[in-house]
Parts: sequence; C-alpha cells; structure tokens
Amino acid sequence: MKALALAIVVLVGGLLISATVDFPDWGDPASPAALHVSPRYIEKSMEETSVPNIVTSVLADYRGFDTMFETTVVFTAGVACFLLLRRREPRPGPSRVYRHRASGVIVEMSQAPDTEPAPEVFKRIDDDWTPHDLIVMNVCRLLIPFIQLFGLYVIAHGHHSPGGGFQGGVILGASVILLALSWDLRTASLRMKEVATGLMSAIGVFIYAGVGALALAMGGNFLDYAALAPILRVDPVAARSLGIFFVEVGVGLAVMATMVLIYKNLASEGRLDQGL
Amino acid sequence: MEQYIPLFLTKYNYWVYIALMMIGLWAMIAKNNLVKKIVGMNIFQTAIILFYVSIGAKYGGTIPIIQHGSGHGHEAAVRAADYINPLPHVLMLTAIVVSVATLGVALALVIKIHRRHRTLEEDEILEQLRES
Repeated sequence: MKALALAIVVLVGGLLISATVDFPDWGDPASPAALHVSPRYIEKSMEETSVPNIVTSVLADYRGFDTMFETTVVFTAGVACFLLLRRREPRPGPSRVYRHRASGVIVEMSQAPDTEPAPEVFKRIDDDWTPHDLIVMNVCRLLIPFIQLFGLYVIAHGHHSPGGGFQGGVILGASVILLALSWDLRTASLRMKEVATGLMSAIGVFIYAGVGALALAMGGNFLDYAALAPILRVDPVAARSLGIFFVEVGVGLAVMATMVLIYKNLASEGRLDQGL
Repeated sequence: MEQYIPLFLTKYNYWVYIALMMIGLWAMIAKNNLVKKIVGMNIFQTAIILFYVSIGAKYGGTIPIIQHGSGHGHEAAVRAADYINPLPHVLMLTAIVVSVATLGVALALVIKIHRRHRTLEEDEILEQLRES
C-alpha cells in the first residue's frame, strides 16, 4: 500500500514539475492571468465603485454572486457540524463539579443539584483538568474587547485597507473562542448563546441575499447595488460602495457565528456543557 | 546544467508548492490515522492557496489597493501594471474561510466515527465493519 502510494505521489509530482516548464515566470507582468480580466478590475474599480481596495470590490461587487454562495457554504458547514454532533443527553461520569473558592476543595455531584450553589462560594468547573489560571483569565478578559473592536474595524475599513467581512468575522469569532479557551465554554455560551449563533449565521446570509433581492426589486439586476441609489439617497457609484459595506456586514455576521458554532460543537462533542 | 539555472530561478516557486502538495497527497493516501489524513488535506489546500497567490505576483507591482490621488476624479490614471493581480487574492480569501469550514465538518465526522468505533485507525475501523 505504501509503495503504491509512493509511486502515485512521485508520478503526480513528476508530471506537475514537468508541466511547470510551460508556466509563466515568477512575477511576470505579462503572464496570462494578469492580462485577461484583472486590468479591467484594477483600472475601473475606483471609477465604478469608489472602493480603493480592489480585492473588496471584486469580492463583493464584480463577483458578488460567487461570494454569496461562499457565505452559504460557510453557513452550511456550521449547520452540518450542528446536525452531526449536537446531542441532548448528559455525559457519563460526575454531572457537576464545583470548586470551593476559599479552600480549593473539589466537590463532585452525581446529579445536577436542584438549586445552583452561590457562584461566589462554589465555582463550577469542568470535570477534567481545571487549573487556577488567574493570569490567563484576566489577560484575556482585558484583551477580548480590543480584539472585538479590531474585528469591527477590519469589517468596516475593508474598503480602504486589507480587510472585509471574512477576515473581520474570523477575528470576532476567534475572540469568542478565546473566551471559551481562557475561561470555560459555559462563560462563552452565556455571552453568545447557541440560539444566537444559529440565528446570526442565518441572518448574515439573509442580509447578503436580501441586499441582492432589494436591488432586484428596485429594478436592477440581482446584487447590482447601483439600483439602491434612490433608497440610500446617494449617486449610483456611492450606492455601490455602500452596498458592498452591507453585504460585508452580512458576511462578517455569518462567518463569526459559524466559527463559534463549529468550535462549541467540536470542543464539547455536541453537549455544549464543558470543553477545552 | 547551465541551461537549468534560469529555469530554476524563474520556476522554483511552483516546485515548492508541488513539494507541499505531494506531502499532503502522501498523507491523504498512505497515513492510517484519519486525523493525519485531515492534516494532509489541509497541507494540500495550503499548497493550492500559495500557488494561486503567487500567480498574482508582478514585478514592480504593489498591493491591489489604489493609492490616494489616482483614479476617479483625479489627474493620475490607474495603470494595471502598477498593482498586482487582485483576482487570485479574492478567490483564495474565500477559499481560506471555506477550508476552515470544511475542516470543521471533517473533524465533526471524525468525532462521530470515534464515538461509534472507539478508534481513528483506518484498518481497525475496516476490520470492525467487516466483522459486523
């Protein structure tokens, strides 16, 4: 089996390397990929959409239909993770584990108590390894608001600097995952509930498709943001810029919620009670 | 030997991606553990992403963000040769996020498989499937 695999790998690699002789040179300005449609995007982006970042204008305007379905793929992946893993029955072993804050004594309970003990006396912890991590918890508590602010900046400033909905959405999702890693999954779930993650990823896709459908209703083509100019009370070029912003917000919401949804289900094997 | 040096200097970027891609392909075919196969899939995806981004590179070009003072309503026109090709960046931007999403689904499937078979080794899973 290994010999066959090695033969396949060497054969495919040799074929690919022999094919690179016909490829354009590294950094060649006259390579075929640089001559076909990209000069049009580079030269007309500013004129047609007033967005200096060509990557954003191509992503959300010229190829907006493509990006809409990329967002749908991300949403579908989140739903698939949820449907594969989520389960309601409790995990085997001790049902609840608490640590007495003053003495450090750990209490295991086989059933969930009728009334939760006071959280300032008994802290609920995961049933596996849970160290006292004061520094990690507090550093992350201070950092997470700034990470989220930076994520919002990356989404909103994607027109003028590298950034946009996908990148900002991943930063926002990572901030919630950092909270789950440094505190615990329950704290992160309190901040961003399971229903919220599901709803937000669906709403993100809905915003994207909704902006496209609104353009259709205004008499333009699907995702032709210039048709939104009468609603937004700006000229068609500025309407394109604003339309790109709206769909980027939708992408950011969908990506953030999907990242959190996938992480929660993977880390807790679908029980959402405790995890990494 | 002499004639191969310019060939190497202009094409070695592709060879790096092909080497990475073959590492990923090897892991996907030959490794027995399912998580290692997923790692191989990710190395393969990374190789393709690097390949696309390198296609967009141009000597003398800067990042595809129009500099202030040129373009719409300004004197200086935008020249395509001054900016690298934005199209591969757009395609790979979405591909990176989609690869994270597919990684999530793949790991979810692996957890499901581990729940049923209590192992992630491919041969042991196949043996269990044959017995049942």
